[in-house]
Amino acid sequence: MGLKRRLGAGRWAIHVAGLLSFIWLAAAAIQNQLGPDPIKQLALLTGDRGFQFLLFSLAISPLARMVSAPLLIQWRRPAGLWAFYFLCLHLLVFAQGYIGWSWALLVEELIERPYISVGALAWLMLVPLALTSTRLARRKLGRRWGVLHRLVFVVAALGCVHLLWQVRADWINAGLYTLICVLIVGSRYRNASWFLKAN
Amino acid sequence: MTKQFTDPTLCSSDITPESSYLNRRQFMKSAVAGSSALLAAQPLVSKASDFVGVDTFMSAEESGWALQAPDVLTPFTDVSGYNNFYEFGMDKSDPARYASAMTLDPWSIRISSDGGETADIQFEDLLRAMDLQERIYRLRCVEAWSMVIPWNGFPLAELLRWLNPEGSYRFVQFRTRYTRSEMRGTRSFSSVIDWPYQEALRMDEAMNALSFIAVGLYGKSLPAQNGAPLRLVVPWKYGFKSIKSIASIHFTNRQPQTSWQSIAPHEYGFYANVNPEVDHPRWSQRYERRLPSSLFSPNRIPTRIFNGYGEYVADLYKDLDLRQYY
Ligand code: HEM
Repeated sequence: MGLKRRLGAGRWAIHVAGLLSFIWLAAAAIQNQLGPDPIKQLALLTGDRGFQFLLFSLAISPLARMVSAPLLIQWRRPAGLWAFYFLCLHLLVFAQGYIGWSWALLVEELIERPYISVGALAWLMLVPLALTSTRLARRKLGRRWGVLHRLVFVVAALGCVHLLWQVRADWINAGLYTLICVLIVGSRYRNASWFLKAN
Repeated sequence: MTKQFTDPTLCSSDITPESSYLNRRQFMKSAVAGSSALLAAQPLVSKASDFVGVDTFMSAEESGWALQAPDVLTPFTDVSGYNNFYEFGMDKSDPARYASAMTLDPWSIRISSDGGETADIQFEDLLRAMDLQERIYRLRCVEAWSMVIPWNGFPLAELLRWLNPEGSYRFVQFRTRYTRSEMRGTRSFSSVIDWPYQEALRMDEAMNALSFIAVGLYGKSLPAQNGAPLRLVVPWKYGFKSIKSIASIHFTNRQPQTSWQSIAPHEYGFYANVNPEVDHPRWSQRYERRLPSSLFSPNRIPTRIFNGYGEYVADLYKDLDLRQYY
């Protein structure tokens, strides 16, 4: 019981993980250890890390219910914020290395490459979630906060589409992300857990 | 100017860079050449210079394909460390890690034609018949990155003339070696490529002066991950046309399906000429990152039509709508 009560403090572990992850990335980039095409490598790494934190944040509330540890919910906010942070870096890398900060090219990319427009839409939806992640915003928004933050499921779904649209010769990466998304969202359905228990 | 043809695993500082299989082939040059049906028609003139033909080559300046300003050579470590060779895995570093599993010696190439001819040619025999030269070409990958590479090899036209198939054909088709036990990428259950990898050229493209067969780079025999022992280099087309580790050559009159074309016909055409005006659904083709690039200076440069080789190849396509035949 004591452990479960202290779980809330574990959210700091998420901050440590996010910070270490970023330091590793920055160090590798600065020391030129990402190979001859570091831009592409950084786009992949920041996209992956961002999506991983996002999935982790999604998994927390089913997990909290499963192990009856409501304090775990406190991990959600740092996980979500680190997801947003890495996906902002993802966007910065894209702006710097793929389109060279050109508005004209951005517009062209958004129109011509649906995987980019879907990614951009997902990122845009994360912005209001990050902005309303404070306790104050939560109190002010009341019940609407929960409704708003359900957007995170849409973000995850768009993230999957973003990856599935990138598949060329091998679908394992996009497939795994999508499978994990489906499993996490699926586990939220009480019917499903009831079904599993009944067996 | 001549240079030593040396082993890729040895650096120039090594004292005796003489142990590569290519050099062994040079030694064997004096041995009796095995001949095949297709080879039989070939006048294999043996001159004194033939005996040194393998370990020496005409420099890029002499061959007429020197470095063109403002290009800068991509360092050997990048050329040999950053590869697409899906037979060995999807990651760019996989080929360098795993391609050494491929058996390079002996290497035979199956030659065939619609007319029913078939013959197996040993790479050594082929090499013995060719004069090597160096050419510095830009390589533009469809993924919007590019390199500048000093290749060693011979014109594809020379090879085709030497093979001398009976009759005339409109296309030449190539297949990459496919050995499941040696190529871990081909064992991946999530890959959608139908092995072996296939590519093809129209005969006039193949006979163009630019089309090249590389057996080395940077004056060393080809690293396995770069397509050892021999690969195509067609610098005005996206990199995936430049098929690696060639195991068979087929002469045909029907336009062959290529691997990428059969995976995604609306994304990859038969021609795959570098063209900034024809966009690919995944990458804008207007710019490329010339490698090595870095985060703070990405080295993004505009892509040129036919990768800048228009004056040599544009004529091939004067009757073709390049938007339709991409
Ligand atoms: C801001 C808008 C976005 C843009 C412009 C964008 C663009 C890109 C680009 C250009 C790539 C690399 C493609 C390549 O060169 O191979 C990429 C990969 C990736 N993106 Fe995004 N993206 C955006 C938003 C997102 C979001 C919201 C997510 C996650 C929810 C995400 C997850 C990923 C992942 C995981 C990869 C790596 C895929 C792989 O490993 O193959 N992206 N994105």
